[in-house]
Amino acid sequence: MDEEIKLIDENGLRVDGRRFDELRPVRIEVGVLKNADGSALIVQGRTKILAAVYGPREIHPKHLSKPDRAVLRCRYHMAPFSVEDRKSPAPSRRETELSKVIREALEPAILLEKFPRTCIDVFVEVLEADGGTRCAGVTAASVALADAGIPMKDLVVGCAAGKVDGVVVVDLCDIEDKYGEVDVPVAYMPNKGLISLLQMDGILTMEEFEKALNLAIDGCKKIYEVQKAALKRKYDFTEKLKREADKSEE
Amino acid sequence: MKNKIPVSINREHVLKLLSKGMRIDGRDLLNYRPISINFEVAGKADGSASVRFGDTYVMVGVKAEIGKPFPDTPGEGVLLVNAEFVPLASPDFEPGPPNEDAIELARVVDRGLRKGEVVDLKELCIVPGEKVWMLWVDIYILDHNGNLMDAAALASLAALMNTKLPEVKVEGEEIIKTGKFKPLNIKDYPIAVTLGKIGGSFIVDPLLDEEQLMDCRLTVITTKSGNICALQKSFSGTFSQGDVLKALNIAVEKGKELRDLLFSSFEKFSSSKA
Repeated sequence: MDEEIKLIDENGLRVDGRRFDELRPVRIEVGVLKNADGSALIVQGRTKILAAVYGPREIHPKHLSKPDRAVLRCRYHMAPFSVEDRKSPAPSRRETELSKVIREALEPAILLEKFPRTCIDVFVEVLEADGGTRCAGVTAASVALADAGIPMKDLVVGCAAGKVDGVVVVDLCDIEDKYGEVDVPVAYMPNKGLISLLQMDGILTMEEFEKALNLAIDGCKKIYEVQKAALKRKYDFTEKLKREADKSEE
Repeated sequence: MKNKIPVSINREHVLKLLSKGMRIDGRDLLNYRPISINFEVAGKADGSASVRFGDTYVMVGVKAEIGKPFPDTPGEGVLLVNAEFVPLASPDFEPGPPNEDAIELARVVDRGLRKGEVVDLKELCIVPGEKVWMLWVDIYILDHNGNLMDAAALASLAALMNTKLPEVKVEGEEIIKTGKFKPLNIKDYPIAVTLGKIGGSFIVDPLLDEEQLMDCRLTVITTKSGNICALQKSFSGTFSQGDVLKALNIAVEKGKELRDLLFSSFEKFSSSKA
């Protein structure tokens, strides 16, 4: 449709009232599924994603196993009801590509060599899609890996930047992604300072790209704090004891 | 089964050379293999081209069909990119539906053509909401010896430059082909350059052996004016922020070289036909 959609208003605010460098509210919960070895739920604005990890476990078919390390497998999948028009549950080309880039974003953080001849399966299910699903998927998956007790060098955080109505912004929602000019999804390992996922879709000048990359990395650093807090809520026993003590005092 | 030296044995040798700024085939780190671009290589296609980077051989055919537009873009034609890793191209390719590598390749080439605004899809509209041109860009990998991404992207652009659409007239409900053809209007010339990171060095146009040793790679697609229109990082390694910016600068430079080569090849082809 050719009707003009205003993505930045006269005060410089975005469709959902955010400033250019403002993230949507992010909430992460750890260990939300009983069966999985590790799991996490991320809610970022109206994007809602579940990630689950199974493994290290026996690999099937066996010929896929590697003698010196674990095989990481990843499936990014969208629920049929996660988008406006029903999406067929059969994996699309987009989902196949995203499964690959998410796997390659997580792989450098995991000590796969600790578990030869096994596999680690990561499942990312998008329950509600409102932009930034691959990035939120990476964020949730790395928390789920930590929850599964898999040794890692760093957490991996995802956050996109982009350009809408000529302005470089962080963490695009669905409308901004659809009608904006550019989307730059990034995954980042905050302690190592390394980028493990980088894609771009749309025209940017060198200067704009640098700005977008910086915004995305700043976004990753903020979401990293949410990841850590979520893991601490489940695993930091001193904090847990303190919370319980506070409760009994009340 | 030639060239089947186990990768781990080759690794030492490749890395040692790279640390001295050399490659196993004697090239510099940032040099492409000899490139040849041929146009009109498939007579039944509406546009076609083949590209060779050394021993890597990729063919692309464009077929134009009249079809129905997508409901959300009734006034635009459709551009579709598909890649086939044909089993005759490599001992590692198997028959069957495209695997994730083929899908990734096709989607990255698609992103480059689309975001690089190679064709104005509005010009492909015949009757809004009813009939539009659908351009199928089919990438055919014929010999896989490394750097399929850049070769496929270049061949796709070359095939589109060589595409001629049948001229049509609308008479009531019917679409009549006049028998004349007009070349597709090409708006921009985005070029893909893939940078491989291997033992801390950046290389372009990796051989298959080098590709298997790469930590990761970054495909950068740049437009004629030197802007970036698509990026794709793949493989399991990582880049620092500095790495990325360095890669982009190399890609802009190398992109210019490849674009000039594409133009001069096309000119030679056009004048040979005239």
